[in-house]
Amino acid sequence: MTFYDYIIRLADNNLILGHRLSEWCGHGPFLEQDMAMTNISLDLIGQARSMYALAAEVKNQGETEDDIAFLRLEHEYQNLLLVEQPNGDFAHTVLRQLFFASFQLPLYQAMLQKLQGMTEEQFVTLRGILEKAVMEVTYHKRWSSEWVIRLGDGTTESHSRMVTAVYELYRYYGEAFISDAVDDAAVSEGYGVKPEELKAEVDQYIDDIFRQANLNIPVDTYMQRGGKQGVHSEYMGYLLSELQYMQRAYPNASW
Amino acid sequence: MPVGNQISIEKEKILHILERVTDPEIPVLTIQDMGIIRDVVFENHKIIVVITPTYSGCPAMSAISMAIRMELLSEGYPDVEIKEIFSPAWTTDWMSESGKQKLKEYGIAPPVVEKRISGLLFQKAPEVPCPRCSSTDTVMISEFGSTACKALMKCNTCLEPFDYFKCHR
Repeated sequence: MTFYDYIIRLADNNLILGHRLSEWCGHGPFLEQDMAMTNISLDLIGQARSMYALAAEVKNQGETEDDIAFLRLEHEYQNLLLVEQPNGDFAHTVLRQLFFASFQLPLYQAMLQKLQGMTEEQFVTLRGILEKAVMEVTYHKRWSSEWVIRLGDGTTESHSRMVTAVYELYRYYGEAFISDAVDDAAVSEGYGVKPEELKAEVDQYIDDIFRQANLNIPVDTYMQRGGKQGVHSEYMGYLLSELQYMQRAYPNASW
Repeated sequence: MPVGNQISIEKEKILHILERVTDPEIPVLTIQDMGIIRDVVFENHKIIVVITPTYSGCPAMSAISMAIRMELLSEGYPDVEIKEIFSPAWTTDWMSESGKQKLKEYGIAPPVVEKRISGLLFQKAPEVPCPRCSSTDTVMISEFGSTACKALMKCNTCLEPFDYFKCHR
């Protein structure tokens, strides 16, 4: 079950952040960025779908990817608190994306290294999903890095908005790098990555981007945690009520 | 279930039928041009068509799966399974030369090999020749166009906007 739990966590991050980005559809600051955000959303939801399908297949109890995505309760979602935070303004959205993509990319790359040479079907499938995701997330990281720099190093207005976003979101940056029993079990089974090992690299990257963006990293911030264990912020309930609405109101609806 | 020599003959036949299946977003491209079909396997009375998705969230994949079933059904193959495999991941390198030519004639610039330096920000957009006048004096308007796999560009010579099928590798 460790494999199942570990994959669900990866997928939950993608589904919830993908859902958040989809809320921008039709509301972007201009058309190109509206499309960029919805396309990133599509990438993430697509990755989540493949991962849920793999998890369901491994569990083999008749569950489908849709059941996992739409029919769980709030505490059963194990995404990071970061990804469920509201979109706020465009500055919040690009900063949240930068924090997540800067973690997601090296995590997937490290997992790909570990999966090298593993021949069981579930690992081969996971490797394929991650290979494709790496191509996509490379772009998400570049897109969000460029925007954080542009806005942070932009006008007085854009800079002050980035500063506010950093103040409000930085407390959610650290959770990704705190491992728990599921991470440890996945590490011992060979495919998992200890997130603490990625921290130095990601910190350095964020540091570099912040420097170019004229932003300061807050000191002595208490890092919020709990999402990975299913203890979410208030926003999660509202998010799920929208995400799950159709399946809750009309069970088994399909089209 | 075909055996021995029959397998390759039967497989050719199936692949020939599947040449009719096109990408719903780019109707001039067959799924073979795209490099989406990876294999055709026979299992008892069932035909398994192995395909690979282009982008993780590409909405065209379910339309493509449906079209594969319909074409095979119309030729008398009711028992078809579509199997998606992810590894190795699809890249635009698998697009056939004739596919690229067809794209260009359709008005979409085919993927060019993009020389991006990994990790470097604010790089210049790739040099993409205009599919109408072949001028290389073009600019990227948006990294995303009408679909996830295309970017929106403009030609400074003939002033026409055009879609560019992005290099994905």
